[in-house]
Amino acid sequence: MKDSPRSQAGAVVAKIGRYTFLSVLLGFFALPMLWLASAPFNAHPTLDVSISSFTLHNFSVLLKDPYALPSLWNSLLLAGGTALLTVGFSAAAAYALSRVRVPGRDGILYTLLLLSSIVTGTAAMVPLFQLASKLHLIDSRLGVILVFTGGLIPAAIFILKDFTDNTPKSYEESARVFGASPFQIMRHIVLPMIRPGLATVTVWAVVNVWSSFLIPYILVRNPDKYPASVVLYTFYTEGGQPNLALISAFSLLYSIPVILLYLFVSHRYGFRFHGGIKR
Amino acid sequence: MARATSPRAADAGPDPATGDPAGLGRARAAAIAAPALLVVAAFLVFPALWTLYLGTTNYRLTGFAARHPRSVGLRNYTNVVQDPGFHHSLWLTFEYVVLSAVVGQAVLGFAIAWMLRDAGRLKRLLEALVLLAWILPSSVVAFLWVAMLDRDSGTLNALLHTPGTAWAIEHPMAVIIVFNIWRGTAFSMLLYSAALTGVPPSQLATARMFGANSWQQLRDVVFPHIRGHILTNLLLISLWTFNDFTPYQITAGGPNGKSEILPVYIYQTALFDGQMGLGAAISLLMLVINLLVALVYLRLLRERRLERVAV
Repeated sequence: MKDSPRSQAGAVVAKIGRYTFLSVLLGFFALPMLWLASAPFNAHPTLDVSISSFTLHNFSVLLKDPYALPSLWNSLLLAGGTALLTVGFSAAAAYALSRVRVPGRDGILYTLLLLSSIVTGTAAMVPLFQLASKLHLIDSRLGVILVFTGGLIPAAIFILKDFTDNTPKSYEESARVFGASPFQIMRHIVLPMIRPGLATVTVWAVVNVWSSFLIPYILVRNPDKYPASVVLYTFYTEGGQPNLALISAFSLLYSIPVILLYLFVSHRYGFRFHGGIKR
Repeated sequence: MARATSPRAADAGPDPATGDPAGLGRARAAAIAAPALLVVAAFLVFPALWTLYLGTTNYRLTGFAARHPRSVGLRNYTNVVQDPGFHHSLWLTFEYVVLSAVVGQAVLGFAIAWMLRDAGRLKRLLEALVLLAWILPSSVVAFLWVAMLDRDSGTLNALLHTPGTAWAIEHPMAVIIVFNIWRGTAFSMLLYSAALTGVPPSQLATARMFGANSWQQLRDVVFPHIRGHILTNLLLISLWTFNDFTPYQITAGGPNGKSEILPVYIYQTALFDGQMGLGAAISLLMLVINLLVALVYLRLLRERRLERVAV
């Protein structure tokens, strides 16, 4: 069957329309990011997108700033501390809940998961601030870490319990017959088997905390303890002319770990849902 | 049975009745689950419940009422309900969620997923950009938008030949809505891409054979297949957008509260003006809205699970 000239013309128009739409989308998503790619290497960075002369001088401005590098260190402490507590606590809880029958276990887990999606930092900023001041956890890294950990644990238990439920019990049973203690079994048999789950939860917790703004913004008052997200915000909102050399280099440096993690995850596992989430 | 021959194995043997292969026992299991549950109880459950109490006090950030708060009964709630500033903020929030998430992210995410079903390099490039917008830290993307929209040397004014237009001041709501579409389309795109792989190609081919155009194919073949995904997606992105604080980093609710969505309104009331009690009363409302959306979502999940069991 031959296509009539008219439907061929229609197909061409459709194809042109499709590519026009896609180019507009490419432009829309690329436009804001051009600055992040160009300004850090521009000798006289402005707010427009251009490279007049390539330089790495902006990064030396960054090294001299008293808040820039320490804030990245603070972010690392918060992200690392949260990931450690979240993974440790929820792996233990997930294992206990997976292997020992507790009445109403699934109900409790679902309620916790529900709570963690309802009690967000935004909806609970007032009680969280009040709680931190009562416990003298304002300006304390531990305070920020505990607030994040509380919010992340329910979903982390959920993910890790899935992994432990799917590991065969026979290894644990044979180890026990040979006289291993419950803690030896957990450490030498269960932990290695659920390692992919631990990695997933770690990456997820680190990315969450690394990028978060509101919780440290309200709980940390001392600029020496600001994480990168808060320092970057103060760089461009506090009075005077914003120091674009500093902001551009800092934004890039602060984004690189996230971009690397993304590249790693998408290279290793493919960054997509298989058959939809939580089915 | 091993029990008769080896007392040691009998003592430590797996107990099939409790399904406890490592011999943890209830007490030890409770002990290793306790830290997680305690942190959740203290920093998730307690704050939510405490909001109820805080909302009935005249707590302030500083001064006398900070140390000696008094109960004011339901006065905070009646004040909030009568406050035109609150009504305004609620309306802006509704606009923000509907236009940026329900319409913007969902439609654009689906359009990208549908158009890029089988394209090659272009698909990977666009996908990478959309994902990048989603994963970059919020402070960074907020500043990228501030830079792009700048009155004097922003890229947008240069492109549109509209020098001197201060977008974030003249059209603050439009700015944060378009920003959130840019920021969050990735999730819808990923979800719909995954959902579309579940649509049987043979049904699409049949529809085409009978002369169905693209829209008819979508309506009669695709949408019925991915209805569950669409609902899931809409609920999740609405919940996230409703709880999104990033617009604060672009417009700070301004100018004159013209983009003061509920999260920003709570921040300004409680932590900037220091009226913690009043802020708690508004927070409670936000928690209740979150609860309603989450309950609908859970119900949906359960229905789908039942469907799968039935099949």
